[in-house]
Amino acid sequence: MLTKVFATIAVVITGGLLLYGVSDFPAFGDPHSPANAGVGNEESISQYFITQTYKDTKVPNIVTAVLADYRGYDTMFETVVIFAAGIAIFAILRVTGNEAEKKSIKPPLDSSINGDHQRIIVGTTCRIVIPVVQMFALYVVAHGHHSPGGGFQGGVILGASFILVAMSEDLNAALRRFSEKTYLTLACVGILIYAGFGLMCQFLERNFLDYGILQKVLFTDGPEMARSHSMLGVEVGVAFTVTAIMFAIYANLSSRGVLKNGL
Amino acid sequence: MIFAFDIIILIFLVVAAIISLSVKDLLSSAMIFGIYGFLICLLWAEMGAVDVAFTEAAVGAGVSAVFFIATIYNTRRRSSD
Repeated sequence: MLTKVFATIAVVITGGLLLYGVSDFPAFGDPHSPANAGVGNEESISQYFITQTYKDTKVPNIVTAVLADYRGYDTMFETVVIFAAGIAIFAILRVTGNEAEKKSIKPPLDSSINGDHQRIIVGTTCRIVIPVVQMFALYVVAHGHHSPGGGFQGGVILGASFILVAMSEDLNAALRRFSEKTYLTLACVGILIYAGFGLMCQFLERNFLDYGILQKVLFTDGPEMARSHSMLGVEVGVAFTVTAIMFAIYANLSSRGVLKNGL
Repeated sequence: MIFAFDIIILIFLVVAAIISLSVKDLLSSAMIFGIYGFLICLLWAEMGAVDVAFTEAAVGAGVSAVFFIATIYNTRRRSSD
């Protein structure tokens, strides 16, 4: 009881201090705040991105341009973080052999007419919905530099469509389409695509992930289009990794690492 | 920014956060946490941060709720060790 009182006091004081700090912020969307207008005569970085991104890269979605090009190094290691999270869950949960037999859970199959009806309704709905979800995911990835979206979002939606297969039928049905070997390979290939774009720039004697020089390889008219196409390339790499890791996490969590039966 | 819309979302956001922390059943807690993610996604979309809202809708409201449910189904009240 006493700890709860102290915890409440600590939370209230910390929250009060944070709110007090927020009251010093410039108003939301204030064009004269230092972040938007710059300090003195210096141009701020957001002004640079808003005015120069389209000239530099021919990409209308500034957010994607900043993430995949100007801060490409950061995004590459975000992808590595997702990969590491998936591998950590895999390393902790995955079991094989005799231990797998012991931990395997066999869900009671509802063979009554009631269960049959449920399977028909859920199965038919998912069979119609899943292709639409997957097409939308591919659109989000491919159109990420022209509209909201990109590799992360598209990858999560594509991974969710495989999770939907696993939930509507069972995990074995999903693993037949997207096996363990496939998703582990795909997760590595995604990061290699991203790092490959960076290394290719280095081979052409530019900085890591400085896409402009790739016009020599991609045969575009000028460095701007090369940067645009390279962004699409690295987004595809991110989408590969995220799709594979999302499904890997679900498959291992739902079946306790046995990869059989599942929920 | 529409002020009334903001206030409604923020009130629901606080309510969803408190309920998801205080409810006893873990499955309901996970579902309400999904609702919390969706509300915060609405708030970001309304503030103009569409890319962040998209990520939150896919990850926060969608996949993380599924991960929670998959984990909760594999837990029992008593330890088997």
